[in-house]
Amino acid sequence: MSNRFDGKVVLITGAASGLGQATALQVAKEGAKLSLVDLNSGALEETKSKIAEAAPNAEVILITANVADEKAVESYVNETVEKFGRIDGFFNNAGIEGKQNPTEDYGIEEFQKVVDINLNGVFYGMKYVLKVMKEQGSGSIVNTASVGGIRGVGNQSGYAASKHGVVGLTRNSGIEYGQYGVSIKAIAPGAIMTPMVEGSLKQMDPDNWEEVGKQFVEPNPMKRFGKPEEVGYLAAFLLSDQANFINATVIPIDGGQSYKY
Amino acid sequence: MKLQDKVALITGGASGIGAETARLFVSEGAKVVLVDLNEEKGKAFEAELKALNAEALFVKANITSEEDVAASFRQAIEAFGKVDIVFNNAGIGRVQPSHELEYAEWRHTVNVDLDGVFLVAREAIREMLKAGGGTIVNTASMYGWVGSPGSAAYNAAKGGVVNLTRSLALEYAEQNIRINALCPGFIDTPIIPEESKQALSAATPMKRLGKAEEMAKAVLFLASDDSSFMTGNSLIVDGGYTAQ
Repeated sequence: MSNRFDGKVVLITGAASGLGQATALQVAKEGAKLSLVDLNSGALEETKSKIAEAAPNAEVILITANVADEKAVESYVNETVEKFGRIDGFFNNAGIEGKQNPTEDYGIEEFQKVVDINLNGVFYGMKYVLKVMKEQGSGSIVNTASVGGIRGVGNQSGYAASKHGVVGLTRNSGIEYGQYGVSIKAIAPGAIMTPMVEGSLKQMDPDNWEEVGKQFVEPNPMKRFGKPEEVGYLAAFLLSDQANFINATVIPIDGGQSYKY
Repeated sequence: MKLQDKVALITGGASGIGAETARLFVSEGAKVVLVDLNEEKGKAFEAELKALNAEALFVKANITSEEDVAASFRQAIEAFGKVDIVFNNAGIGRVQPSHELEYAEWRHTVNVDLDGVFLVAREAIREMLKAGGGTIVNTASMYGWVGSPGSAAYNAAKGGVVNLTRSLALEYAEQNIRINALCPGFIDTPIIPEESKQALSAATPMKRLGKAEEMAKAVLFLASDDSSFMTGNSLIVDGGYTAQ
């Protein structure tokens, strides 16, 4: 069972850092061929060199693309299929945290920007990847939602709306594509120490963000931040053939936090 | 191997999802304690696993008896020295109109499906507190999340297991004990009558029944270190049925 991804092709967006990078490393170690997408091409190279260290034989292509641009999404899916011939797993993960402030001050432009990336980007990805998986008669899609997609967090109207939207899309499309052997699931990470969460903490207090982080995880039942690689284990499980019957559902990974309120 | 040198106690371990999970656990390096009321099946399955060079022990026990549950753990520890993982899986269910359901029948179902799960979890937690940690996977059901006609007692008990899982998980998260639940949908086991299989497949978005092996893989994920930041979770494995 250690090589769940031998001969499999996995496509990952937001692969330059955080959960995307951790998942890329995990599936690469287990034999996957990888198509890695991110807006940040420099950081994408860093993911590639980490993979080269952890899994020297892994085949990897890098694609710089904005997931909020439908044409760019169509291209990254086409490039992946041209290179590898198929897509077995799709970690539809790219997202941003957006600004933090009360709803009346959130701003129309900011709201649109966050929804464009976090929700529309996920929809575009599904639109083009589902076509490929339906023809194959198999595949697994894992969308990155958030605890902010199943609970109210506060001061994150755009983020909450977009992540709740990802959960809705997951349920809707899972119902549609299950009959073709394609399963679609969402993960809902809580407090995971990624560069994005670090960015959120720095918004709260740029000088004391580490202290803010400690206070932030105080209510967490496990009293700690999760690690990106812990989400990588979950995403790898869900992308693999081990989770074919898990469909149209959302899976929190949050140290138990969302069960408290 | 994801469970090298781990000891797993599995209730309802003589057949169905429990037995399939025992098979997978053994292939991942675990020693298994099979707890079941059915001595004949339990002993036969113990022999089958031993023939594969696995370390297995059958213990006959009724999970609604505090003494039996305590004795199961005692025997597990005598045989293998510890209990790292508990798959708290034994359960019963029957379809019957609720207005015809005898109180004794209600109590029996809730006694096995909820009280029994609590008793096994309580004993597991006692051992895991001594040992400094462990993982528990409770078998709930998708009927812990949604309702269905004719299964009031079962569904009430399974809803109870879902919230018992959350509550125990929060209580012991700091003690390094992770507690999650498996919520199967319609699974191809002998419990589902042949004549119902087609209709239940059609009602499932994936247009098929789940396989016991697929449940075992989900249990392995929840029981192993691969789910180290997950606790209180009720993982729905139903092909999309409850999303409808």
